[in-house]
Amino acid sequence: MSKLVLKNVAKRYGSFDAVADFSLELAKGEFVSLLGPSGCGKTTTLRMIAGFMPPSAGTIEMDGKQISSPSGVVPPEHRRMSMIFQSYAIWPNMTVGENVGFGLQVRKLSRSEIDRRVDKILDVVQMRNLKGRYPAELSGGQQQRVALARAIVVEPEVLLLDEPLSNLDANLREEMRFEIRRLHDEFKITTVYVTHDQSEAMVTSDRIVVMNKGNIEQIDAPHVLYGRPKSRFVAGFIGRTNFLEGSHQGSDVRFDGFTAKAGSLEGVNGSGALLYSLRPQAIGLATSQPSGQALAVEAEIASRSYLGEYWDYQVRPLAGAKQIRVSTAPNQVFEVGSRVWLEIDPAAMVRVE
Amino acid sequence: MTATASTLDAAPAREGRAGYFDSTWLLWIAIIAVLLFLVVSPFIYLVITSFQAERTGEFTLANYATAYGRARYIEALLNSLKLGAVSALLAGVFAVPLAWAVARTDMPGRGLTRMLVLATFITPPYTGAVAWILLAGPNAGWLNRFYMLATGAEAGPFNIYSFTGLAVVIALYSFPYIFIFTTAALELVSSEMEDAANILGAGPWRTMWRVTLPLALPAILGGLIICFLEAIALFGSPAMIAIPARFNVVTTQLFQFFGNPVRVEVAAAYAMPLLGVTVLLVLVQRLITRRKGFVALTGKGGERRPILLGRWRWVVFGYAMFVAALAVFLPYIFLIQSAFAKAWGRGFSLDNISLQNFRFVLFEHATAAQSVLNSFLYAGASATVAVFLTLGVAYIVARKLVPFGGILGFLCVAPFVIPGVVLAIGFYAAYAPPPLALYGTALILILAFTTRFLPVGYVNASAAIRSLNPEMEEAVRVLGGSRLTALRRVVAPLLKRNLLGAWLLIFIPATRELSAAIFLYGPNTKVASVMIFDMSEEGNFERLAALALILQVLTLPLLWVGQKALGRDFMLRRNAT
Repeated sequence: MSKLVLKNVAKRYGSFDAVADFSLELAKGEFVSLLGPSGCGKTTTLRMIAGFMPPSAGTIEMDGKQISSPSGVVPPEHRRMSMIFQSYAIWPNMTVGENVGFGLQVRKLSRSEIDRRVDKILDVVQMRNLKGRYPAELSGGQQQRVALARAIVVEPEVLLLDEPLSNLDANLREEMRFEIRRLHDEFKITTVYVTHDQSEAMVTSDRIVVMNKGNIEQIDAPHVLYGRPKSRFVAGFIGRTNFLEGSHQGSDVRFDGFTAKAGSLEGVNGSGALLYSLRPQAIGLATSQPSGQALAVEAEIASRSYLGEYWDYQVRPLAGAKQIRVSTAPNQVFEVGSRVWLEIDPAAMVRVE
Repeated sequence: MTATASTLDAAPAREGRAGYFDSTWLLWIAIIAVLLFLVVSPFIYLVITSFQAERTGEFTLANYATAYGRARYIEALLNSLKLGAVSALLAGVFAVPLAWAVARTDMPGRGLTRMLVLATFITPPYTGAVAWILLAGPNAGWLNRFYMLATGAEAGPFNIYSFTGLAVVIALYSFPYIFIFTTAALELVSSEMEDAANILGAGPWRTMWRVTLPLALPAILGGLIICFLEAIALFGSPAMIAIPARFNVVTTQLFQFFGNPVRVEVAAAYAMPLLGVTVLLVLVQRLITRRKGFVALTGKGGERRPILLGRWRWVVFGYAMFVAALAVFLPYIFLIQSAFAKAWGRGFSLDNISLQNFRFVLFEHATAAQSVLNSFLYAGASATVAVFLTLGVAYIVARKLVPFGGILGFLCVAPFVIPGVVLAIGFYAAYAPPPLALYGTALILILAFTTRFLPVGYVNASAAIRSLNPEMEEAVRVLGGSRLTALRRVVAPLLKRNLLGAWLLIFIPATRELSAAIFLYGPNTKVASVMIFDMSEEGNFERLAALALILQVLTLPLLWVGQKALGRDFMLRRNAT
């Protein structure tokens, strides 16, 4: 049975749809991210799951019991969930130990049991030695760990995270991603994670829900999202990509500067315009015409930038007008203005809407 | 720790239905009932009464005819406007240079200046007025006597019993408002804005005139308006100075309508222009301080370096001490002299020193000691009620717990536009007659004080609540705590200091309140301010000075507590006024 089920959930403010028709099922122990630009409705969805706001339409069920519908909402305090907030919401008037023990106190556990569990979870997040400190004396990363410990120690049915890393600096953010995944692997708590950072979502999640303007664009595992984006939005939002417009003519599909066999491309049907996404690192560059299955397209290097981990080239096919972006290993050096051959594997081209 | 959730003993998720909505509505109704009682009903009664015939209660315009039927009544209105304008301008002359020097320059003694402004601010205007009667009374006033001594002239040049005298005294004790507004604005002007002018070739003075002051101008204008309103609403100083000088202002005229026999209907009609002008100017003030010029000041500001004045720093310091001498040093020297003197006119000789005034005030006078006690009791009760009421409203409004919460917030700040005198007439009209018949009771004074200081409480409470991230409470709830748990365990502990601050900001001025109290006190509910006013009418300046000093000294520990809890300038911040 699914742990958490959202059925056709919507949230409307007047005529504005913050969330429109959102459906999702989470298996027990699954880690799902809601990913999208700001204003896409992901935090609204999370707050509806938490019970802070009722949906305008649709229902939310946990363990088969309805907990949210437009006519009534189980208040947050009766949902046995936990949440980590963007601001961490660590209570500055309580010590680390008191913060972490709060949820257990509310659940009326004995003092010794609370102590035992608090110590244990503080060990897990490596904060045991700071148990008596006040939050003002902690760094951002330490506060984040307190927030994690406080949320996990109550063994919630569902853990909700609202952009928990957005207030940390870049290095710490990367470290905490793995920390969150490690804790999930250890405790297997069903988790919904809201973020606008694709690499955060990809590192942590089993599945990612990409949202845009209140709608779900695609729900898939991270590698599927990247390799097989279904829409232009997903292809553009997750990673960098080239959008190639082609037109279906007979047995060929003509693109700007080159032509591919219709049979070698996916999703060719009907006639008219077709849009494909092609990742920059899926294209090869060579000085001489390559042999093999791939399409070979003669082109000229228009500009380039060196980013340490890779070269970023803008390449213009000789027969075309639009430039194509290509990433290569740092040791593949081509001068601006030189002639090169593009190697394009038609199987790497993904049809998007 | 295990991965199972089975060890939890919390109840399974319960079905919640829209049941709680009713209880929030009840709360809303309860609070709005209290606010209707405190704010709306006195106001409505004020308006209705102004159209009612005495005794019969029939509709009539006669009250207005009476109130505006004589030239001297109209003259009193005009006097008030003139007085407000002159006092406000004078206060600006006192305050703006001081504010600029304290906030933006390297003038010596900036901390001292701030302290002296605070000392001015906590001096009730009527105490200041009494001190200035001692200083600048014709002939006997100390300044006149020193002048005659120095020049051998027959008479001194100062006469407090004049329009100018009154305007100066009012300005001296209202300039802290402008000081507070202006320093707050100047402290937000970043040095970078001034640097930008400097690098384009403007010298320090030009920069001040063209950049710094214009940026602070909306705040200065706002402060001027507050001073104007303060001046026209003031009762104590005009009653002590204008009446002997044989002219009237609105408040003293209202007091006369209230004298035997009480003509509350006429007083209500006569109060309308005061109310109208106040409402209008408060709106203007809000408009001015919200214009974009002022918004620009709310930015991050960057660092602020003091402007180096060179040798001018001593000139500016001299001016600050001159203002302080007029507002604090001279008045207190002669108040203290008078309080410890057998007769104040006999000067500083040793055989004139005695404690008999204090003994009389504290132990012998029938009601003086009781009046101080009353002041503190009523102020304490009002401050407590106002703080908790406004905190509740601010919380409800900020967390949007009820629909139309904005109305509650509006009612809390509305009394800001009602001068104390007008409020008192409204309270009299609403609650003096049966069935409540509260006139002369402690309750009516406490309620009137509560209403008067609701805006201070609300501004502070809502700033405090807004400084709390709602996620703090959501974290409680998501972990299984109720809203009440969140209030008890998180909100209340975090707001302790703010609440104490708001309480003091209401309590301290409430212990000195005169303009509402003078209309509402009864034989057993005399407060210290009314006592002081009575003594001034009897010309009993030695005993009066002793009582006034007792009131001031009792305030000091409170100030100390406030400064410990909230920082040294807690009374001189913008949300204090």
